[in-house]
Amino acid sequence: MAETRMLKSYASLPDIIKTVLVVLGTVLVAGSGFNLLKANVLPQVPTTVVAIIWGVSSVILIFYSFNLLAQIFPTKIYNKIVPYIFIGPAVLIMGWYLFLPTMRSLFLSFMDKTSTKFVWFDNYKFLFTDRSMLVSIRNTLIWLVCGTGFSVFIGLLVAILAERSYIEKGAKTFIFLPMSISLVGAGVIFKFMYAAKFGGAEQIGLLNAIITSMGLEPQNWLGKAPWNNLFLIAIFVWLQTGFALVVLSAALKAVPEEMLEAARIDGASEFLTLVKIVIPNIKASIISVSTTILLAALKCFDIVYSMTNGMFGTEVLASQQYKQMFTFQNYGRGSAIAILILIGVSPVIYYNLKEFHNKEAFK
Amino acid sequence: MKQLDAKSKKTLPTLIITIILIVFCILWTIPTLGILVTSFRTADAASSTGWWTAFSDFKNFTLDNYNQVLFGQRFSVGNATGTSTVRGATMLSAFLSSITVTLPSVIIPILIAAAAAYGFAWLSFKGRNIMFAAIIALLVVPLQISLIPILRDYNKIGLNGSYLGIWLAHTGFGLPLATYMMYNYISSLPRSILESAFIDGSSHFTTFVRLILPLSAPAIASFAIFQFIWVWNDMLVSLVFLSGAGQKLQVVTVRLMNMAGTRGTDWHLLTAGAFVSMILPLCVFLGLQKFFVRGLLAGSVKG
Repeated sequence: MAETRMLKSYASLPDIIKTVLVVLGTVLVAGSGFNLLKANVLPQVPTTVVAIIWGVSSVILIFYSFNLLAQIFPTKIYNKIVPYIFIGPAVLIMGWYLFLPTMRSLFLSFMDKTSTKFVWFDNYKFLFTDRSMLVSIRNTLIWLVCGTGFSVFIGLLVAILAERSYIEKGAKTFIFLPMSISLVGAGVIFKFMYAAKFGGAEQIGLLNAIITSMGLEPQNWLGKAPWNNLFLIAIFVWLQTGFALVVLSAALKAVPEEMLEAARIDGASEFLTLVKIVIPNIKASIISVSTTILLAALKCFDIVYSMTNGMFGTEVLASQQYKQMFTFQNYGRGSAIAILILIGVSPVIYYNLKEFHNKEAFK
Repeated sequence: MKQLDAKSKKTLPTLIITIILIVFCILWTIPTLGILVTSFRTADAASSTGWWTAFSDFKNFTLDNYNQVLFGQRFSVGNATGTSTVRGATMLSAFLSSITVTLPSVIIPILIAAAAAYGFAWLSFKGRNIMFAAIIALLVVPLQISLIPILRDYNKIGLNGSYLGIWLAHTGFGLPLATYMMYNYISSLPRSILESAFIDGSSHFTTFVRLILPLSAPAIASFAIFQFIWVWNDMLVSLVFLSGAGQKLQVVTVRLMNMAGTRGTDWHLLTAGAFVSMILPLCVFLGLQKFFVRGLLAGSVKG
């Protein structure tokens, strides 16, 4: 058996010819498609079609031809090579787009505006001394606490209520729906909600219409720091609550019914059962939802950029980073802010790795 | 249903809870409803009265906002022979551009990630643990960190401001999540399926294409919806990698942002534009909610 396998594993001439042809074909398809698309000459619809065909076929062809190439070798070597063929493309792309840039940004953050000479920690010093940077850091902290807190709290509340109502599915869909809306779209929606007219004209923004009907003066909701941050965060909460709701609602359903029954038989009130049994039971889900929303809040750029563009004291780290890089073209400071954001997420990286290690520990 | 009855027995009357929930739903829906109604109102009506008064007078409804937003706003221009009408930038071209950006950005990572997930789940090789740990770490790395280095590479090889560049960027940024989601699914497939394939003498490549890919359809669907909504709604990546090409390749989010900047008080146009930008993800979302929720529950975080 072993011998026949060894014999079979030496490639025959037709196999080699086939391999060469497939490899040449792959290079031709992938290369010409790449150049055609890079030239950007086709109209939009054909570009899309060509891109999809090119993308799918060249990926399959690349895997196929590497597999054929590996098959030329004896089985023993083939088995050693083949895993790298499968993971190779993904690892290379992630290396280029995420891993190396992290290292390069770290490097750039120690250099000056145009990345020509080392300034060491000057950029970091700027981060923690400049007034507008300190405002950004303060605002980012407000975002993290309020944005995450409100989203998770309301999500949990609605999940608990929905389970005990007649309209569980419908209610969840309504609250979940904003998740599909872009941050910019949500920005426009809320700009309209917050619109203000002064000098006695009829209000077209709902919020001001409500307070003027109560006899109060119309407000410029986005103009007054630090409260305007809360009105921006409201948009974020509106978008993220649905996410918290869906995950927490699934967690609630997994709480064993017997535990709840036992608590009720012991005479525990509904509220006590919730606090003592249900919440501890779904703690893991609450933590994972909170971290996900924390990460989103930390990187939230679009809302601030499209609503106030950082004016009136609403700048956050992510919008400040964009401004430093693309408005002021200060690559040193921009990279330093990116590294600061990365340091902010590093506890989550550590936690995820630990979780994975405990859960998985590859066989 | 039985479970629900048991749980609700001792709670506040279900009716009161349902009413509280309805209030939440109304609160969550009103903002969107406001722009939906306004997008069908005439310019005068939209700028002078609140949208909640619209239903008292049905004369003020129009489809012209969508006409202007989709096919370009009309401007009167004076020239030698009098005045003529020209049309401005259209949301329709941005809509097509968004489709062009989104579809390949969703499809290309799927195969690459599925292959990697197969490798990590079923093949043993040197460095597997460390490489997979790196992918888990990359899951939450903020993509802001990549913008400048990648932009520099793009400028060098001439990919800046092209669709190809943005597809590859979205592929790169989406791959950790895609690989992780696929891995979770593929590693849970029963080992016996694979063993029977190898006994039949198929190579890893045939097993992957014929067996693993079709079996992974649910995971692929979850990721695809995720990535679709993410890429469609993205503004930062398009702003950075496509703005070099000017208005021609602008996607809907960027176009909407510009509209909000330049005609921030033309509410009738801005609301129609916002609705055009939202319609496709809304449909995908409502139609395929099941897969989306499944993806969320598989522990999806994106960097």
